[in-house]
Amino acid sequence: MGRALAVAIGVASIAAAVVASAEPPAGAAACSGCHPASTRVTSPVPRLAGLDRAMIVRAMQDFRSGQRASTVMDRIAKGFTDAEIQAIAAWYATQR
Amino acid sequence: MKAGRREFLKLGVAAAASTALLPVPTFAQGAAPRVVVVGGGFAGASCARAIRQADPRVAVTLIEANTTFTACPFSNAVIGGLRELSAQQFTYERVAADGIAVARATATAVDALARSVTLADGTRLPYDRLVLAPGIDIRWDALPGYDEAAAAHIPHAWRAGEQTLLLRRQLEAMADGGLVVISAPANPFRCPPGPYERASLIAHYLKTKKPRSKLIVLDAKDTFSKQRLFQAAWAELYPGLLEWVPLSKGGNVTSVDAATVTLVTDFGRHKAAVANVIPPQKAGRIAESAGVADRSGWCPIDPVTFESKLQAHIHVIGDAAIAGAMPKSAFAANSQAKTCAAAVARLLTGGAPSAPKLINTCYSLVAPDYGISVAGVYAPASGQLAEVPGSGGVSPTDAPRATRAAEAVLAEAWFRTIAAEVFG
Repeated sequence: MGRALAVAIGVASIAAAVVASAEPPAGAAACSGCHPASTRVTSPVPRLAGLDRAMIVRAMQDFRSGQRASTVMDRIAKGFTDAEIQAIAAWYATQR
Repeated sequence: MKAGRREFLKLGVAAAASTALLPVPTFAQGAAPRVVVVGGGFAGASCARAIRQADPRVAVTLIEANTTFTACPFSNAVIGGLRELSAQQFTYERVAADGIAVARATATAVDALARSVTLADGTRLPYDRLVLAPGIDIRWDALPGYDEAAAAHIPHAWRAGEQTLLLRRQLEAMADGGLVVISAPANPFRCPPGPYERASLIAHYLKTKKPRSKLIVLDAKDTFSKQRLFQAAWAELYPGLLEWVPLSKGGNVTSVDAATVTLVTDFGRHKAAVANVIPPQKAGRIAESAGVADRSGWCPIDPVTFESKLQAHIHVIGDAAIAGAMPKSAFAANSQAKTCAAAVARLLTGGAPSAPKLINTCYSLVAPDYGISVAGVYAPASGQLAEVPGSGGVSPTDAPRATRAAEAVLAEAWFRTIAAEVFG
Protein backbone atom coordinates (compact mmCIF):
# COMPACT_ATOMS: atom_id res chain seq x y z
CA MET A 1 0.00 0.00 0.00
CA GLY A 2 2.70 2.44 1.10
CA ARG A 3 4.85 1.37 -1.83
CA ALA A 4 1.99 1.67 -4.28
CA LEU A 5 1.22 5.18 -3.11
CA ALA A 6 4.89 6.16 -3.37
CA VAL A 7 4.94 4.85 -6.95
CA ALA A 8 1.72 6.69 -7.73
CA ILE A 9 3.10 9.96 -6.35
CA GLY A 10 6.34 9.40 -8.26
CA VAL A 11 4.42 8.91 -11.50
CA ALA A 12 2.22 11.88 -10.68
CA SER A 13 5.21 14.18 -10.35
CA ILE A 14 6.67 12.87 -13.62
CA ALA A 15 3.34 13.51 -15.31
CA ALA A 16 3.22 16.98 -13.75
CA ALA A 17 6.75 17.70 -15.00
CA VAL A 18 5.80 16.61 -18.52
CA VAL A 19 2.74 18.88 -18.48
CA ALA A 20 4.79 21.75 -17.05
CA SER A 21 7.43 21.55 -19.76
CA ALA A 22 4.73 21.72 -22.44
CA GLU A 23 3.45 24.94 -20.95
CA PRO A 24 5.42 28.05 -21.90
CA PRO A 25 7.50 29.47 -19.03
CA ALA A 26 6.85 33.01 -17.76
CA GLY A 27 7.17 35.54 -20.55
CA ALA A 28 7.50 33.07 -23.42
CA ALA A 29 3.92 33.31 -24.68
CA ALA A 30 4.23 37.09 -25.11
CA CYS A 31 7.05 36.81 -27.70
CA SER A 32 4.70 35.73 -30.49
CA GLY A 33 3.15 39.19 -30.46
CA CYS A 34 6.09 40.13 -32.72
CA HIS A 35 7.93 36.86 -33.45
CA PRO A 36 5.57 34.98 -35.78
CA ALA A 37 4.24 31.68 -34.49
CA SER A 38 3.12 30.81 -38.02
CA THR A 39 5.51 30.02 -40.87
CA ARG A 40 3.10 31.74 -43.24
CA VAL A 41 3.78 35.25 -41.93
CA THR A 42 6.41 37.37 -43.69
CA SER A 43 8.36 39.42 -41.16
CA PRO A 44 11.90 40.69 -40.61
CA VAL A 45 11.43 39.42 -37.01
CA PRO A 46 12.55 35.76 -36.79
CA ARG A 47 10.38 32.83 -35.74
CA LEU A 48 11.65 31.47 -32.42
CA ALA A 49 10.25 27.93 -32.56
CA GLY A 50 13.01 25.40 -33.09
CA LEU A 51 15.88 27.89 -32.80
CA ASP A 52 19.00 26.72 -31.00
CA ARG A 53 18.69 27.19 -27.25
CA ALA A 54 22.18 28.61 -26.76
CA MET A 55 21.66 31.02 -29.65
CA ILE A 56 18.49 32.46 -28.08
CA VAL A 57 20.24 32.81 -24.71
CA ARG A 58 23.22 34.58 -26.27
CA ALA A 59 20.99 36.92 -28.29
CA MET A 60 18.96 37.89 -25.22
CA GLN A 61 22.07 38.49 -23.14
CA ASP A 62 23.65 40.58 -25.88
CA PHE A 63 20.46 42.62 -26.34
CA ARG A 64 20.33 43.16 -22.59
CA SER A 65 23.94 44.32 -22.32
CA GLY A 66 23.66 46.50 -25.42
CA GLN A 67 26.37 44.48 -27.14
CA ARG A 68 23.98 43.66 -29.94
CA ALA A 69 22.18 46.56 -31.63
CA SER A 70 18.38 46.45 -31.75
CA THR A 71 15.28 48.61 -31.95
CA VAL A 72 13.10 47.21 -29.12
CA MET A 73 14.80 44.01 -27.95
CA ASP A 74 17.27 45.90 -25.72
CA ARG A 75 14.33 47.39 -23.80
CA ILE A 76 12.54 44.04 -23.56
CA ALA A 77 15.58 41.88 -22.69
CA LYS A 78 16.28 44.10 -19.68
CA GLY A 79 13.04 42.81 -18.15
CA PHE A 80 14.26 39.20 -17.92
CA THR A 81 16.66 37.41 -15.55
CA ASP A 82 19.22 34.83 -16.69
CA ALA A 83 17.04 32.04 -15.32
CA GLU A 84 13.99 33.31 -17.20
CA ILE A 85 16.00 33.64 -20.41
CA GLN A 86 17.28 30.06 -20.01
CA ALA A 87 13.75 28.73 -19.49
CA ILE A 88 12.31 30.65 -22.44
CA ALA A 89 15.16 29.57 -24.73
CA ALA A 90 14.85 25.93 -23.69
CA TRP A 91 11.10 26.00 -24.34
CA TYR A 92 11.35 27.63 -27.78
CA ALA A 93 14.10 25.20 -28.77
CA THR A 94 11.65 22.32 -28.32
CA GLN A 95 8.80 23.99 -30.23
CA ARG A 96 8.15 23.34 -33.90
CA MET B 1 2.45 4.43 -30.56
CA LYS B 2 3.76 1.21 -29.07
CA ALA B 3 3.96 2.19 -25.40
CA GLY B 4 0.53 3.82 -25.62
CA ARG B 5 -1.37 1.49 -23.33
CA ARG B 6 1.31 1.43 -20.69
CA GLU B 7 1.64 5.23 -20.70
CA PHE B 8 -2.11 5.51 -20.50
CA LEU B 9 -2.21 3.30 -17.42
CA LYS B 10 0.53 5.34 -15.75
CA LEU B 11 -1.32 8.54 -16.47
CA GLY B 12 -4.47 6.95 -15.10
CA VAL B 13 -2.70 6.30 -11.83
CA ALA B 14 -1.29 9.81 -11.90
CA ALA B 15 -4.75 11.27 -12.42
CA ALA B 16 -6.11 9.20 -9.54
CA ALA B 17 -3.25 10.37 -7.34
CA SER B 18 -3.71 14.00 -8.26
CA THR B 19 -7.46 14.00 -7.60
CA ALA B 20 -6.68 12.65 -4.15
CA LEU B 21 -4.09 15.33 -3.44
CA LEU B 22 -5.50 18.47 -5.05
CA PRO B 23 -8.66 20.53 -4.55
CA VAL B 24 -11.56 19.08 -6.52
CA PRO B 25 -11.21 20.30 -10.10
CA THR B 26 -14.02 20.73 -12.56
CA PHE B 27 -12.97 17.58 -14.44
CA ALA B 28 -13.70 15.47 -11.35
CA GLN B 29 -17.37 16.43 -11.69
CA GLY B 30 -17.59 14.57 -15.00
CA ALA B 31 -18.44 16.87 -17.90
CA ALA B 32 -15.88 18.88 -19.84
CA PRO B 33 -15.37 22.29 -18.24
CA ARG B 34 -17.05 25.20 -19.99
CA VAL B 35 -15.42 28.53 -20.65
CA VAL B 36 -17.38 31.40 -22.17
CA VAL B 37 -15.44 34.31 -23.67
CA VAL B 38 -17.32 37.54 -24.38
CA GLY B 39 -15.78 39.75 -27.07
CA GLY B 40 -13.85 38.69 -30.16
CA GLY B 41 -11.13 41.34 -30.33
CA PHE B 42 -7.39 40.97 -29.77
CA ALA B 43 -8.01 39.97 -26.14
CA GLY B 44 -11.04 37.67 -26.46
CA ALA B 45 -10.16 35.82 -29.66
CA SER B 46 -6.58 35.30 -28.44
CA CYS B 47 -7.80 33.95 -25.12
CA ALA B 48 -10.37 31.58 -26.62
CA ARG B 49 -7.72 30.06 -28.88
CA ALA B 50 -5.05 29.91 -26.16
CA ILE B 51 -7.41 28.06 -23.81
CA ARG B 52 -8.12 25.45 -26.49
CA GLN B 53 -4.41 25.15 -27.13
CA ALA B 54 -3.60 24.79 -23.43
CA ASP B 55 -6.28 22.16 -22.91
CA PRO B 56 -8.31 20.80 -25.85
CA ARG B 57 -10.77 19.17 -23.44
CA VAL B 58 -12.22 22.55 -22.47
CA ALA B 59 -15.44 23.54 -24.26
CA VAL B 60 -14.93 27.16 -25.32
CA THR B 61 -17.69 29.46 -26.58
CA LEU B 62 -16.80 32.87 -28.01
CA ILE B 63 -19.65 35.40 -28.01
CA GLU B 64 -19.20 38.18 -30.55
CA ALA B 65 -21.86 40.40 -32.11
CA ASN B 66 -20.04 40.99 -35.41
CA THR B 67 -19.11 38.50 -38.11
CA THR B 68 -16.16 40.69 -39.09
CA PHE B 69 -13.63 42.18 -36.71
CA THR B 70 -12.25 45.61 -37.62
CA ALA B 71 -8.89 46.27 -35.98
CA CYS B 72 -8.03 49.65 -34.46
CA PRO B 73 -4.23 49.43 -34.77
CA PHE B 74 -3.30 50.96 -38.16
CA SER B 75 -6.80 52.43 -38.55
CA ASN B 76 -5.15 55.86 -38.29
CA ALA B 77 -3.40 54.99 -41.56
CA VAL B 78 -6.87 54.39 -43.07
CA ILE B 79 -7.95 57.85 -41.90
CA GLY B 80 -4.79 59.34 -43.43
CA GLY B 81 -5.53 57.68 -46.80
CA LEU B 82 -2.54 55.33 -46.60
CA ARG B 83 -4.46 52.07 -46.23
CA GLU B 84 -7.86 50.57 -46.95
CA LEU B 85 -10.25 49.50 -44.22
CA SER B 86 -10.39 45.99 -45.69
CA ALA B 87 -6.78 45.52 -44.55
CA GLN B 88 -8.09 45.96 -41.00
CA GLN B 89 -10.82 43.33 -41.24
CA PHE B 90 -10.77 39.71 -40.17
CA THR B 91 -13.31 36.91 -39.80
CA TYR B 92 -13.69 34.18 -37.19
CA GLU B 93 -13.38 31.19 -39.55
CA ARG B 94 -9.97 30.13 -38.25
CA VAL B 95 -11.06 30.68 -34.66
CA ALA B 96 -14.03 28.38 -35.21
CA ALA B 97 -11.74 25.84 -36.92
CA ASP B 98 -9.90 25.48 -33.60
CA GLY B 99 -13.05 23.87 -32.21
CA ILE B 100 -14.37 27.04 -30.58
CA ALA B 101 -18.13 27.61 -30.72
CA VAL B 102 -18.39 31.12 -32.14
CA ALA B 103 -21.81 32.55 -31.27
CA ARG B 104 -22.82 35.62 -33.25
CA ALA B 105 -24.73 37.27 -30.44
CA THR B 106 -24.70 40.06 -27.90
CA ALA B 107 -24.20 39.16 -24.25
CA THR B 108 -26.69 41.25 -22.30
CA ALA B 109 -26.34 40.03 -18.72
CA VAL B 110 -24.18 37.91 -16.45
CA ASP B 111 -25.43 36.07 -13.37
CA ALA B 112 -22.23 35.71 -11.36
CA LEU B 113 -23.88 33.52 -8.71
CA ALA B 114 -25.57 31.10 -11.10
CA ARG B 115 -22.52 31.37 -13.41
CA SER B 116 -24.39 32.01 -16.62
CA VAL B 117 -24.33 34.54 -19.44
CA THR B 118 -27.59 35.70 -21.01
CA LEU B 119 -27.69 36.54 -24.70
CA ALA B 120 -29.95 39.12 -26.38
CA ASP B 121 -32.34 36.36 -27.51
CA GLY B 122 -32.72 35.10 -23.93
CA THR B 123 -30.41 32.08 -24.27
CA ARG B 124 -28.49 31.34 -21.08
CA LEU B 125 -25.00 29.89 -21.37
CA PRO B 126 -23.61 28.28 -18.20
CA TYR B 127 -19.89 28.56 -17.53
CA ASP B 128 -17.26 27.29 -15.14
CA ARG B 129 -15.05 30.27 -15.98
CA LEU B 130 -16.10 33.42 -17.81
CA VAL B 131 -13.63 35.67 -19.65
CA LEU B 132 -14.85 39.18 -20.40
CA ALA B 133 -12.99 41.00 -23.16
CA PRO B 134 -15.55 43.67 -24.05
CA GLY B 135 -13.10 46.43 -25.00
CA ILE B 136 -14.35 49.96 -24.50
CA ASP B 137 -17.61 51.83 -24.51
CA ILE B 138 -17.87 55.57 -25.08
CA ARG B 139 -19.08 57.59 -22.07
CA TRP B 140 -21.87 59.33 -23.92
CA ASP B 141 -22.79 61.28 -20.77
CA ALA B 142 -19.32 62.67 -20.06
CA LEU B 143 -18.91 65.47 -22.59
CA PRO B 144 -21.89 67.84 -22.99
CA GLY B 145 -23.08 67.94 -26.59
CA TYR B 146 -21.25 64.77 -27.59
CA ASP B 147 -23.78 61.95 -27.81
CA GLU B 148 -24.39 59.22 -30.37
CA ALA B 149 -26.23 61.61 -32.69
CA ALA B 150 -23.31 64.07 -32.52
CA ALA B 151 -20.88 61.26 -33.40
CA ALA B 152 -22.62 60.93 -36.77
CA HIS B 153 -21.36 64.46 -37.56
CA ILE B 154 -18.19 64.58 -35.49
CA PRO B 155 -16.72 61.07 -35.55
CA HIS B 156 -14.82 59.61 -32.63
CA ALA B 157 -13.36 56.84 -34.82
CA TRP B 158 -12.15 55.16 -31.62
CA ARG B 159 -13.84 51.90 -32.50
CA ALA B 160 -12.72 51.10 -36.02
CA GLY B 161 -15.20 50.67 -38.85
CA GLU B 162 -17.75 53.08 -40.30
CA GLN B 163 -16.53 55.84 -37.94
CA THR B 164 -13.01 55.47 -39.38
CA LEU B 165 -14.35 55.89 -42.92
CA LEU B 166 -16.53 58.84 -41.91
CA LEU B 167 -13.53 60.78 -40.62
CA ARG B 168 -11.53 59.94 -43.75
CA ARG B 169 -14.36 61.06 -46.05
CA GLN B 170 -14.70 64.33 -44.16
CA LEU B 171 -10.98 65.01 -44.55
CA GLU B 172 -11.16 64.15 -48.25
CA ALA B 173 -14.14 66.47 -48.74
CA MET B 174 -12.53 69.37 -46.88
CA ALA B 175 -11.23 72.31 -48.92
CA ASP B 176 -7.53 73.17 -48.76
CA GLY B 177 -6.99 75.70 -45.99
CA GLY B 178 -9.49 74.11 -43.59
CA LEU B 179 -9.02 73.73 -39.87
CA VAL B 180 -9.01 70.21 -38.42
CA VAL B 181 -9.44 69.87 -34.65
CA ILE B 182 -8.86 66.72 -32.61
CA SER B 183 -9.74 66.46 -28.93
CA ALA B 184 -7.83 63.94 -26.81
CA PRO B 185 -9.22 62.66 -23.51
CA ALA B 186 -7.79 62.43 -20.00
CA ASN B 187 -6.27 59.10 -18.88
CA PRO B 188 -7.06 56.25 -18.94
CA PHE B 189 -8.28 55.48 -22.45
CA ARG B 190 -7.72 52.96 -25.24
CA CYS B 191 -4.36 53.29 -27.01
CA PRO B 192 -2.48 56.07 -25.18
CA PRO B 193 -0.34 57.13 -28.19
CA GLY B 194 -3.30 56.77 -30.59
CA PRO B 195 -4.50 60.38 -30.67
CA TYR B 196 -0.98 61.59 -31.47
CA GLU B 197 -0.39 59.01 -34.18
CA ARG B 198 -3.74 60.07 -35.64
CA ALA B 199 -2.73 63.74 -35.50
CA SER B 200 0.55 62.82 -37.22
CA LEU B 201 -1.05 60.89 -40.07
CA ILE B 202 -3.75 63.52 -40.61
CA ALA B 203 -0.96 66.13 -40.68
CA HIS B 204 0.82 63.97 -43.26
CA TYR B 205 -2.35 63.87 -45.38
CA LEU B 206 -2.81 67.63 -45.11
CA LYS B 207 0.85 68.36 -45.90
CA THR B 208 0.65 66.14 -48.97
CA LYS B 209 -2.82 66.99 -50.27
CA LYS B 210 -4.04 70.21 -48.61
CA PRO B 211 -0.93 72.11 -47.50
CA ARG B 212 -2.67 75.38 -46.55
CA SER B 213 -4.71 73.56 -43.88
CA LYS B 214 -4.05 73.47 -40.16
CA LEU B 215 -4.47 70.86 -37.41
CA ILE B 216 -5.00 71.62 -33.73
CA VAL B 217 -4.94 68.94 -31.01
CA LEU B 218 -6.88 70.01 -27.90
CA ASP B 219 -5.69 67.85 -25.03
CA ALA B 220 -7.21 67.20 -21.60
CA LYS B 221 -3.68 66.32 -20.42
CA ASP B 222 -0.34 68.09 -20.07
CA THR B 223 1.71 65.00 -20.93
CA PHE B 224 1.19 62.02 -23.22
CA SER B 225 2.73 58.76 -24.42
CA LYS B 226 5.95 59.03 -26.48
CA GLN B 227 5.59 62.82 -26.14
CA ARG B 228 9.19 63.88 -26.78
CA LEU B 229 9.42 61.63 -29.84
CA PHE B 230 6.15 62.88 -31.30
CA GLN B 231 6.95 66.53 -30.65
CA ALA B 232 10.46 66.25 -32.14
CA ALA B 233 9.02 64.55 -35.21
CA TRP B 234 6.24 67.15 -35.56
CA ALA B 235 8.79 69.98 -35.43
CA GLU B 236 10.76 68.23 -38.16
CA LEU B 237 7.92 67.04 -40.40
CA TYR B 238 4.93 69.30 -39.82
CA PRO B 239 6.18 72.71 -38.64
CA GLY B 240 3.42 75.34 -38.59
CA LEU B 241 0.82 72.73 -39.55
CA LEU B 242 0.23 70.81 -36.32
CA GLU B 243 -0.36 72.59 -33.02
CA TRP B 244 -0.77 70.74 -29.71
CA VAL B 245 -2.65 72.59 -26.96
CA PRO B 246 -2.15 71.02 -23.50
CA LEU B 247 -4.57 71.20 -20.58
CA SER B 248 -2.62 74.04 -18.96
CA LYS B 249 -2.90 76.15 -22.14
CA GLY B 250 -6.65 75.63 -22.50
CA GLY B 251 -6.74 72.24 -24.21
CA ASN B 252 -9.54 70.69 -22.17
CA VAL B 253 -12.72 70.46 -24.26
CA THR B 254 -15.73 71.11 -22.02
CA SER B 255 -18.53 70.88 -24.57
CA VAL B 256 -19.22 70.19 -28.21
CA ASP B 257 -21.63 71.86 -30.62
CA ALA B 258 -22.16 69.31 -33.35
CA ALA B 259 -24.39 71.58 -35.48
CA THR B 260 -21.60 74.14 -36.00
CA VAL B 261 -18.69 71.66 -35.58
CA THR B 262 -17.38 73.70 -32.65
CA LEU B 263 -15.28 72.43 -29.74
CA VAL B 264 -15.55 74.62 -26.64
CA THR B 265 -12.78 74.93 -24.03
CA ASP B 266 -12.48 77.09 -20.91
CA PHE B 267 -10.31 79.41 -22.99
CA GLY B 268 -12.33 79.73 -26.19
CA ARG B 269 -14.18 78.16 -29.08
CA HIS B 270 -12.65 76.24 -31.98
CA LYS B 271 -14.88 76.10 -35.04
CA ALA B 272 -13.51 73.39 -37.30
CA ALA B 273 -13.99 72.29 -40.89
CA VAL B 274 -13.47 68.72 -39.64
CA ALA B 275 -13.47 67.69 -36.00
CA ASN B 276 -12.60 64.42 -34.30
CA VAL B 277 -13.63 64.02 -30.69
CA ILE B 278 -11.86 61.17 -28.90
CA PRO B 279 -14.23 61.02 -25.95
CA PRO B 280 -13.87 59.69 -22.40
CA GLN B 281 -14.30 55.91 -22.22
CA LYS B 282 -15.11 53.02 -19.90
CA ALA B 283 -15.10 49.24 -20.01
CA GLY B 284 -17.54 47.68 -22.48
CA ARG B 285 -21.14 47.54 -21.27
CA ILE B 286 -21.26 43.89 -20.15
CA ALA B 287 -18.63 44.63 -17.48
CA GLU B 288 -21.09 46.79 -15.60
CA SER B 289 -23.85 44.20 -15.82
CA ALA B 290 -21.49 41.48 -14.59
CA GLY B 291 -20.52 43.63 -11.61
CA VAL B 292 -16.83 43.59 -12.48
CA ALA B 293 -16.42 47.33 -13.15
CA ASP B 294 -15.63 49.63 -10.22
CA ARG B 295 -16.61 53.29 -9.87
CA SER B 296 -13.93 54.29 -12.37
CA GLY B 297 -15.83 52.36 -15.05
CA TRP B 298 -12.90 49.94 -15.51
CA CYS B 299 -12.31 46.46 -14.06
CA PRO B 300 -9.86 45.66 -11.24
CA ILE B 301 -8.17 42.27 -11.69
CA ASP B 302 -5.77 39.90 -10.03
CA PRO B 303 -2.40 40.33 -11.77
CA VAL B 304 -1.65 36.59 -11.90
CA THR B 305 -4.96 35.22 -13.21
CA PHE B 306 -6.82 38.31 -14.46
CA GLU B 307 -9.73 37.12 -12.32
CA SER B 308 -11.96 40.00 -11.29
CA LYS B 309 -11.32 41.41 -7.83
CA LEU B 310 -15.09 41.94 -7.57
CA GLN B 311 -16.57 38.65 -8.85
CA ALA B 312 -15.22 35.12 -8.56
CA HIS B 313 -14.87 32.93 -11.68
CA ILE B 314 -14.98 35.97 -14.00
CA HIS B 315 -11.76 37.12 -15.67
CA VAL B 316 -11.34 40.46 -17.43
CA ILE B 317 -8.67 41.10 -20.07
CA GLY B 318 -7.76 43.76 -22.63
CA ASP B 319 -8.81 47.41 -22.65
CA ALA B 320 -11.57 46.86 -20.06
CA ALA B 321 -9.14 45.72 -17.35
CA ILE B 322 -7.22 47.86 -14.89
CA ALA B 323 -3.88 46.21 -15.65
CA GLY B 324 -1.62 48.42 -13.54
CA ALA B 325 1.26 49.78 -15.59
CA MET B 326 0.18 47.98 -18.78
CA PRO B 327 -1.34 50.30 -21.39
CA LYS B 328 -4.60 49.57 -23.20
CA SER B 329 -3.05 48.26 -26.43
CA ALA B 330 -3.67 45.32 -28.76
CA PHE B 331 -0.27 43.85 -27.90
CA ALA B 332 -1.03 44.07 -24.17
CA ALA B 333 -4.47 42.55 -24.76
CA ASN B 334 -2.93 39.58 -26.60
CA SER B 335 -0.27 39.12 -23.91
CA GLN B 336 -2.89 39.28 -21.15
CA ALA B 337 -5.11 36.84 -23.05
CA LYS B 338 -2.40 34.19 -23.15
CA THR B 339 -1.58 34.70 -19.46
CA CYS B 340 -5.26 34.49 -18.53
CA ALA B 341 -5.75 31.38 -20.70
CA ALA B 342 -2.90 29.56 -18.96
CA ALA B 343 -4.35 30.50 -15.55
CA VAL B 344 -7.88 29.44 -16.53
CA ALA B 345 -6.62 26.08 -17.83
CA ARG B 346 -4.76 25.52 -14.55
CA LEU B 347 -7.70 26.57 -12.39
CA LEU B 348 -10.09 24.26 -14.26
CA THR B 349 -7.91 21.27 -13.41
CA GLY B 350 -7.46 22.30 -9.79
CA GLY B 351 -3.91 23.53 -10.30
CA ALA B 352 -2.29 26.73 -9.09
CA PRO B 353 -1.48 29.38 -11.71
CA SER B 354 2.17 30.40 -11.85
CA ALA B 355 3.41 34.00 -11.71
CA PRO B 356 3.37 35.43 -15.23
CA LYS B 357 5.53 37.89 -17.08
CA LEU B 358 3.91 40.04 -19.74
CA ILE B 359 5.17 42.26 -22.53
CA ASN B 360 3.85 45.24 -24.40
CA THR B 361 5.30 46.64 -27.60
CA CYS B 362 3.48 49.45 -29.28
CA TYR B 363 4.45 51.18 -32.52
CA SER B 364 3.18 54.51 -33.78
CA LEU B 365 3.61 55.99 -37.22
CA VAL B 366 4.45 59.68 -37.38
CA ALA B 367 4.70 59.40 -41.17
CA PRO B 368 4.50 56.36 -43.49
CA ASP B 369 8.28 55.87 -43.20
CA TYR B 370 8.73 57.18 -39.66
CA GLY B 371 7.95 54.79 -36.79
CA ILE B 372 8.49 55.09 -33.04
CA SER B 373 7.84 52.59 -30.29
CA VAL B 374 7.31 52.03 -26.60
CA ALA B 375 7.98 48.68 -24.95
CA GLY B 376 7.59 47.31 -21.45
CA VAL B 377 7.91 44.10 -19.43
CA TYR B 378 5.47 43.56 -16.57
CA ALA B 379 5.15 41.28 -13.57
CA PRO B 380 2.81 41.09 -10.56
CA ALA B 381 4.00 43.22 -7.62
CA SER B 382 1.90 44.27 -4.62
CA GLY B 383 -1.33 43.09 -6.24
CA GLN B 384 -0.75 45.06 -9.45
CA LEU B 385 0.99 44.56 -12.76
CA ALA B 386 4.12 46.67 -12.42
CA GLU B 387 6.83 47.43 -14.94
CA VAL B 388 9.96 45.37 -14.27
CA PRO B 389 12.53 47.93 -13.01
CA GLY B 390 15.16 48.80 -15.59
CA SER B 391 13.16 47.41 -18.52
CA GLY B 392 11.12 49.10 -21.19
CA GLY B 393 11.02 52.63 -22.51
CA VAL B 394 10.64 54.46 -25.80
CA SER B 395 12.74 54.66 -28.96
CA PRO B 396 15.89 56.77 -28.54
CA THR B 397 15.28 60.49 -29.09
CA ASP B 398 18.48 60.85 -31.12
CA ALA B 399 17.99 57.88 -33.45
CA PRO B 400 18.82 58.42 -37.14
CA ARG B 401 16.08 58.41 -39.80
CA ALA B 402 17.14 54.89 -40.79
CA THR B 403 15.98 53.68 -37.35
CA ARG B 404 12.65 55.49 -37.75
CA ALA B 405 12.23 53.86 -41.16
CA ALA B 406 13.10 50.45 -39.69
CA GLU B 407 10.51 50.92 -36.93
CA ALA B 408 7.87 51.81 -39.53
CA VAL B 409 8.62 48.48 -41.27
CA LEU B 410 8.54 46.66 -37.92
CA ALA B 411 5.20 48.28 -37.09
CA GLU B 412 3.59 46.76 -40.20
CA ALA B 413 5.28 43.41 -39.55
CA TRP B 414 3.90 43.47 -36.01
CA PHE B 415 0.37 43.99 -37.31
CA ARG B 416 0.65 41.11 -39.79
CA THR B 417 2.07 38.86 -37.08
CA ILE B 418 -0.47 39.56 -34.39
CA ALA B 419 -3.39 39.49 -36.81
CA ALA B 420 -2.21 36.08 -38.02
CA GLU B 421 -1.89 34.77 -34.48
CA VAL B 422 -5.29 36.02 -33.36
CA PHE B 423 -7.40 35.54 -36.51
CA GLY B 424 -5.28 33.52 -38.98
